[in-house]
Amino acid sequence: MTGSPFLDSLRWLGDSAHWTGPGGIPLRTLEHLGYTALGVLVAALLAVPIGLYVGHSGRGKGVAVAAAGAARALPTLGLVTLFALLVGIGLTAPLLSFVILAIPSLLAGAYSAVESAEPATVDAARAQGMTEWQILTRVELPLGMPLLVGGFRGATVQVVATAMLAAYVGSGGLGRYIFQGLGSQNYPQMIAGSLLVIALALVLDLTLLLAQRLTAPPGVRAS
Amino acid sequence: MTWVLANLDVIAGYTGSHLLQALPPILVAFLLSLPLAKLANSRGWLRTSVTTTSSLMYAIPSLPLFVLLPGLIGTGVRSPLNIAVALSLYGLALMVPAAADAFRSVNREVLGSATAQGYAPRARFLQVELPLAGPVLLAGVRVVAVSTISLVTVGGVLGVPSLGMLFVDGVRRGILAEIAAGIVATVLLALLIDALLVMLGRAVMPWTRRQGARTP
Repeated sequence: MTGSPFLDSLRWLGDSAHWTGPGGIPLRTLEHLGYTALGVLVAALLAVPIGLYVGHSGRGKGVAVAAAGAARALPTLGLVTLFALLVGIGLTAPLLSFVILAIPSLLAGAYSAVESAEPATVDAARAQGMTEWQILTRVELPLGMPLLVGGFRGATVQVVATAMLAAYVGSGGLGRYIFQGLGSQNYPQMIAGSLLVIALALVLDLTLLLAQRLTAPPGVRAS
Repeated sequence: MTWVLANLDVIAGYTGSHLLQALPPILVAFLLSLPLAKLANSRGWLRTSVTTTSSLMYAIPSLPLFVLLPGLIGTGVRSPLNIAVALSLYGLALMVPAAADAFRSVNREVLGSATAQGYAPRARFLQVELPLAGPVLLAGVRVVAVSTISLVTVGGVLGVPSLGMLFVDGVRRGILAEIAAGIVATVLLALLIDALLVMLGRAVMPWTRRQGARTP
């Protein structure tokens, strides 16, 4: 390790050997994206219907808010290591922690999306003879879509970060570079891995921010 | 449970260093957020850029930031100072938008009345604006405190002593009770600090006691 570790990390990133094969950057990035997508999707299948129900009916809101708050106190590394011991090395253990950590954002996004619709607008829809399902899908959801996408954004940011810790208990993904570098005292490689994860997280965050803007119905600038 | 009882001194030691890493960033984030939020509120374009910067900062995963910072500020990867600086940045990312909201929630007409009554700018800020923004500020600090206490544990994988070491050591040696103890201790610590903040809020803002902590 000579010179600036940042220059060395750029050299590491520029080395074509790091861009091919099973441990290469493209494959690790895809792994990381795959974990993130899988975690967020499974969590969404569980949390979004519940959130929509809570937002539409107003029932169980206190529980949903408390759950979202309590989840913030949960240490992500604790969950990842706990499941690693309980379930063993493999994809199941990290996936379980991704799902648990993604649920609060998605739940909050879904119920606040539905809840954000003006009560007068919802009543007007009801007075026009819309069924509750139609009110949810044609009035409340389109109006609150940016908030729902915001929930996905929060969940994605959380899971991208946690997916890196998953490499600590034997999964792939970009976190590998950091933990390999830590083990072999290779600081430039750790920096390179960090830059890659940060870039991935920011790209995902900005993409979903854009999606949030685009899904706002014309005439409504809710968020 | 036997592991916990046999290692209470270890847990206590890690809890101590955990608090030492968590409390300064919470305080720094709170104190720095006040002038930054006032500044952000003073110009429309500043407010937008502060909101954008904060949300991007918050999107950066913690471990990579812990790894990058030593190269930028000259601390060691295993230095608690490094963790504290990173956590202050996250704290600011949460707290500055919250404080900007808090100051915006203060009724302009009340501030106008205070000026008319002869309050100088500094006195008006300290005696009128800050107390009225207090409940929303407190809500922000509570979020910062809980998330900071949880984030400190990530430093464990780099070998920085905190309750996170219980996860690292537990997974290495296959002791489930150790990991469970770490999770419980971290959550309890967060709840404890949160409760203390609520009590502190009631002590310094007695008018919030009747209606709960939100409406000024």
